[in-house]
Amino acid sequence: MRCVSYELCAEKLKARLTKIMAALTVDITKAKLQSESIRNGLGRGLLEAGKQNKNVVAVTADLTESTNISLFAKAFPERFIQVGVSEQNLVTVGSGLAAFGKIPFVSSYAAFNPGRNWEQIRTTICLNDRPVKIVGSHTGISVGPDGATHQMLEDIALMRALPNMVVLAPCDSVEAEKATLAMATDLRPNYIRLARDATPIITLPDTPFEIGKAIVFVEGFDVTIIATGTMVYHALLAAERLKHHHISAEVINVSTVKPLDAETIITSVKKTRAVVTAEEAQINGGLGGVIAELLAERCPTIMRRIGMKDHFGESGKPNELLKHFGLDADHIVLAAQELIDRKG
Amino acid sequence: MTVEELELKADTIRQDIIKMLEHAGSGHSAGSLGLADIFTALYFDILKHDPKNPDWNERDILILSNGHTVPVRYAAMARAGYFPVEELMTLRQLGSRLQGHPERVRLPGLETTSGPLGCGLSQACGIALAMRMDNITHRWIYVVMSDGELDEGNVWEAAMLANKYRLGNIIAIVDRNNIQLDGPTEIVMPLEDLKAKWESFGWYVIEIDGNNIPEVIHACALGRSIVDKPVIIIAHTIPGKGVDYMEFDYRWHGTPPGLADIAGMPPKAEQAKIALRELRTLRGKIESEAD
Repeated sequence: MRCVSYELCAEKLKARLTKIMAALTVDITKAKLQSESIRNGLGRGLLEAGKQNKNVVAVTADLTESTNISLFAKAFPERFIQVGVSEQNLVTVGSGLAAFGKIPFVSSYAAFNPGRNWEQIRTTICLNDRPVKIVGSHTGISVGPDGATHQMLEDIALMRALPNMVVLAPCDSVEAEKATLAMATDLRPNYIRLARDATPIITLPDTPFEIGKAIVFVEGFDVTIIATGTMVYHALLAAERLKHHHISAEVINVSTVKPLDAETIITSVKKTRAVVTAEEAQINGGLGGVIAELLAERCPTIMRRIGMKDHFGESGKPNELLKHFGLDADHIVLAAQELIDRKG
Repeated sequence: MTVEELELKADTIRQDIIKMLEHAGSGHSAGSLGLADIFTALYFDILKHDPKNPDWNERDILILSNGHTVPVRYAAMARAGYFPVEELMTLRQLGSRLQGHPERVRLPGLETTSGPLGCGLSQACGIALAMRMDNITHRWIYVVMSDGELDEGNVWEAAMLANKYRLGNIIAIVDRNNIQLDGPTEIVMPLEDLKAKWESFGWYVIEIDGNNIPEVIHACALGRSIVDKPVIIIAHTIPGKGVDYMEFDYRWHGTPPGLADIAGMPPKAEQAKIALRELRTLRGKIESEAD
């Protein structure tokens, strides 16, 4: 098995890292990164999409403020629909709006949307092929004190199983804004998963975003860390720490879980021959499952999956919970080291 | 079309349904037959539509929410000229546009995909809200639902929303045939007082005999004149209407003629034949009454 050691590549790597980091992400080693909830990006993106296209409408189920579509609601009250606490109604009304040429963004907490209304999404949106934009906020255990009922972890598994559905999970508010604008012009049903807690802003205004494209944020040679959503920041932190152990990690941001950018991932994995996935979701059926399926068929590779391992969360502070459940940079570092040891 | 012509059309559609279901070897008989008069009235009198241009942007919208009764819609569409009548015999077969439950993307003119119950009224609300945003007031949205379907919470979520936004261009039609898959509705899950329920949700309620075509046409005309609130027509129908051994019997809800080993029913090989014979007799009666 090919494994290029850090020493051999140190100079080349350093040069490339500097270049890549300057181009695609902010320097996360800086003392203070700006943080913002990912859903704020959705709010700004939706407002802009509403300005660009009068057919963009917003529907919510009693969660205007907390899903951050209040900016849109204030700017375009005639294009804002409040359905009350009725998530099944939320998506089926969305299907009807789309049937008449609208581009509806239907928003609620992900535990209910798509957690509660999955069958309606399956039949009236996916099978019916209507371009409804499903916004699920409050995903992951970093939802925190509200506890397990509101910490949506199964949404990736639920949504990626649906034919026709596009599944997006932006890594910060800047990327969420771009993703929202891209959704407004995409003709397919889309799902976007958002997080509640403030997340470090790691991408730049000109970092590219395209539905269906994964981006290598950091180039490396010894291990590929494939992350989505809030865990991309932890993956970047882990790559920095691994440097101190003379391990060169490649970090890929998978902001589109489906359709998956298989080529970017296979290209990286053929080079590194070791994979760690990282997500704030159930690894069974989540990103970990997605990558395991891909690699088992096309490029069998040793891998470790960081994420929720077939159990529910609980109340606590976001950072406490991430640490408690092993969803942080330290656990990514340990997993990477273990794989490097196995490669020998 | 005259009333007699419409009644003959409904009889033809019923015969189509029997032939389709027997040929398919599965499907829902009772509701499809019971709705034949309503679908005849819709496609041949009430709806503004163009079979040669199913996407015509001035058309009325017809949503079939209880998708399991789609054989009646397929037959009405074929007879109206949407597609060749011979295609009806492809129902439920591999590669057919006539899926067991309707799929919009396969067959132009269906408006939506349905089968899982309780979703049609919400979609009508979405369409009505979109029409309002576009300042369209002259197009109507008809939604056909079953009574068993009203067990679904999603229906009542939509009922509240339509009242909140005063969606006056929605006309819902409930096929009140008093049966569902497991038995009589009032035993499986009591719905009464149905009229009072809808009225308390802010709807204008009209009750009719849903097997009487002039009553269906009149109720829809009345419904179109009520513009300040959504309208629901509770259409009392006979499940299995036109086939004596099927009428009022919940066991024919999800069973096709030719397949049912049901106590007291004609032998399987005779079921479709007897049904068609009765419908032809009915046809003769309509014709002789018209003379």
